[in-house]
Amino acid sequence: MAVPNQSAASATPVSSGAPKKGFYAWLDKRLPVSEFIESQLTGYFAPKNFNFWYFFGFIALVVLVLQLVTGIFLTMFYKPGEATSFDSVQFIMREIDFGWLIRYMHSTGASAFFVVVYLHMFRAFLYGSYKAPRELLWLVGMLVYLALMAEAFMGYVLPWGNMSFWGAQVIVNIFGTIPVIGPGLVEWIRGDYAIADATVNRFFALHVVAIPLILLALVGLHLIALRRTGSNNPDGIEIKAKVGPNGHPLDGIPFHPYYTVKDTVGICAFLVIFAIIVFYAPTFGGLFLESANFEPANPVSTPPDITPVWYFTPFYAILRAMPDQRLGTLAMLLAIVAFFFLPWLDRSPVRSIRYKGWISKVALAVFVVSFVGLGFMGMRPPEGLYVVIGRIFTGLYFLFWILMPFYSRWDSVKPVPERVVYHAH
Amino acid sequence: MLIEIGRTGKLMRMLGSCTLALLLIGGSVWAADEAPAQKGQASKAEASSAEPTDWESWKAGTTVANTASLQRGARNFAQYCMGCHSLKYVRWSRVGTDLNIPASELQELIPAGDTPASYVSTPMPSQDAENWFGKAPPDLSLMAAERGKDYIYRLFKTFYVDPTKPTGTNNLQLPNIAMPNILSSLEGLKKAVYKSVPGADGKSEPEFDHFEQIAPGSMTEAQYDAFVRDTVNFLDYASEPTQMQRHALGIWVVLFLLVLTWLAWLLKQEYWKDVH
Repeated sequence: MAVPNQSAASATPVSSGAPKKGFYAWLDKRLPVSEFIESQLTGYFAPKNFNFWYFFGFIALVVLVLQLVTGIFLTMFYKPGEATSFDSVQFIMREIDFGWLIRYMHSTGASAFFVVVYLHMFRAFLYGSYKAPRELLWLVGMLVYLALMAEAFMGYVLPWGNMSFWGAQVIVNIFGTIPVIGPGLVEWIRGDYAIADATVNRFFALHVVAIPLILLALVGLHLIALRRTGSNNPDGIEIKAKVGPNGHPLDGIPFHPYYTVKDTVGICAFLVIFAIIVFYAPTFGGLFLESANFEPANPVSTPPDITPVWYFTPFYAILRAMPDQRLGTLAMLLAIVAFFFLPWLDRSPVRSIRYKGWISKVALAVFVVSFVGLGFMGMRPPEGLYVVIGRIFTGLYFLFWILMPFYSRWDSVKPVPERVVYHAH
Repeated sequence: MLIEIGRTGKLMRMLGSCTLALLLIGGSVWAADEAPAQKGQASKAEASSAEPTDWESWKAGTTVANTASLQRGARNFAQYCMGCHSLKYVRWSRVGTDLNIPASELQELIPAGDTPASYVSTPMPSQDAENWFGKAPPDLSLMAAERGKDYIYRLFKTFYVDPTKPTGTNNLQLPNIAMPNILSSLEGLKKAVYKSVPGADGKSEPEFDHFEQIAPGSMTEAQYDAFVRDTVNFLDYASEPTQMQRHALGIWVVLFLLVLTWLAWLLKQEYWKDVH
């Protein structure tokens, strides 16, 4: 194997000392533009061995921007209200020039956001990106995920289709199972005795103003925390531990231009898939836009099967796997909260799955299979074999978390190399 | 560091050949989009006589790329459906533009008193309809999106005579349907023939086997089938009138993004040469 020595790149960071002229000099005197570019892009060193899994953080950021921009345009014609929501969405779809495109980008973007975020989280599971010193980075990321769930749920209610209505009914009622304060809390969330005009209006306010602000703040915090510790990498090695004579990590390369050009490829490839869905399968077989939602909200006609959108179904399956509703709520809550404890549940001395033993690999595989399996069960009616399978997956899901402190410590580990593994192409 | 002069020629040739390949792929996708219309029309004539009828597997097999079919469907809708059902999100002028219907012919479809800018509405007062049928006939703007076009196709192919019902007809796709079989003058009358199968408790239960034509309509079986398919196709169009525009635009966006991805990849390869 060729010894991956000093990367040529690390020797040539773009210098900010060059004299600047004209407008740029004028601007730089008044705003720390070049300072920012140097500290965050050209002088920020990222591990050179990022693989496929490292595209998704940047893609998530692009999807966030896409959602904000398309969302702003949608608000120009969307009219929240029991009597207006459904019609205004159809108005956007039919009578606004390219309204259909903006709306499909937004609805596909919601699902894409979750696909990308789930893959981004899986990356952290693979390479131990949540382990010290990146616990806070992981926690902030989990808060982003929670905010995203709230944002997606409220956004789904806005078109005011029949599944919007009944989905809102089911999810809001989950809060009603909380002892003592439950019933009052549900009424406070709805703003009425039923899911009604007040509900869709406040969900609109929260969906377009409150939660996006929280999301942006949390994403900012996530990036600040990332810059503090630096990125992890597929080998789970701290690149800062080995620095060259110029003080830069030997296995690091400047984020710009190397990762800006690489992420551009990732973004473009993502957009190809995104465009194919937007133009040729916007409902995605009823997964992204459910057929029952083409019927206006109808409080007296329950759809035959109330299921949330696919990204919530793993947790919904856990809720329904329990024989008792209150127990189900508790289990679902625990299933989400477990993620927050991940940095402390994993006691393995190594970060990356590459150097962990077979038990950790099997455990992660079981977790992924049970999470995806629960997702499928959450879309099926809760009867017969589906309940049994749902319960088995729920059991496996929780075993993964509960047993982690033990198997992660006992599992054998392979020696971790000194330097990252990288093969130049 | 970037693309050196000597490589530019080779690069441009690669760019040219790749673009050509993409255009060819795009063209064949485009052509394939147009094709199924005719195929769908001809196949799947309704199974009759003593053959068991597997109506649940019937497919509409229509495509909105078939403008002629949509035009016939619009006329069918105006003649047979609009008496009771509206398309409250669809404007006549939009139908005219999307389906290439000349203004004079469009005017024949529009009910007296309405203009091309009007939404497609029904003259039947919904309160009267509710009194007569027990349920107001639903607006059909989004029916194809909600139930799917195969559902509507099967609905119109599985009406049968049932003297126990107030309308005299029943339906396999939607049992106890409130709607009378208004197309019976075209299709004629069908009887449902049952066979007995052993039920769960050991006793035999009737199960639908096939239809038996008991009175002829003004259309042959194949004509009626084509009539239903055209109408279903029009309802599919009405559920999303922008879908033709969507299909037409998509291919160019995807092609552009593929070329962009390829260029971005070349750029990345060039930069990453330095990383060892």
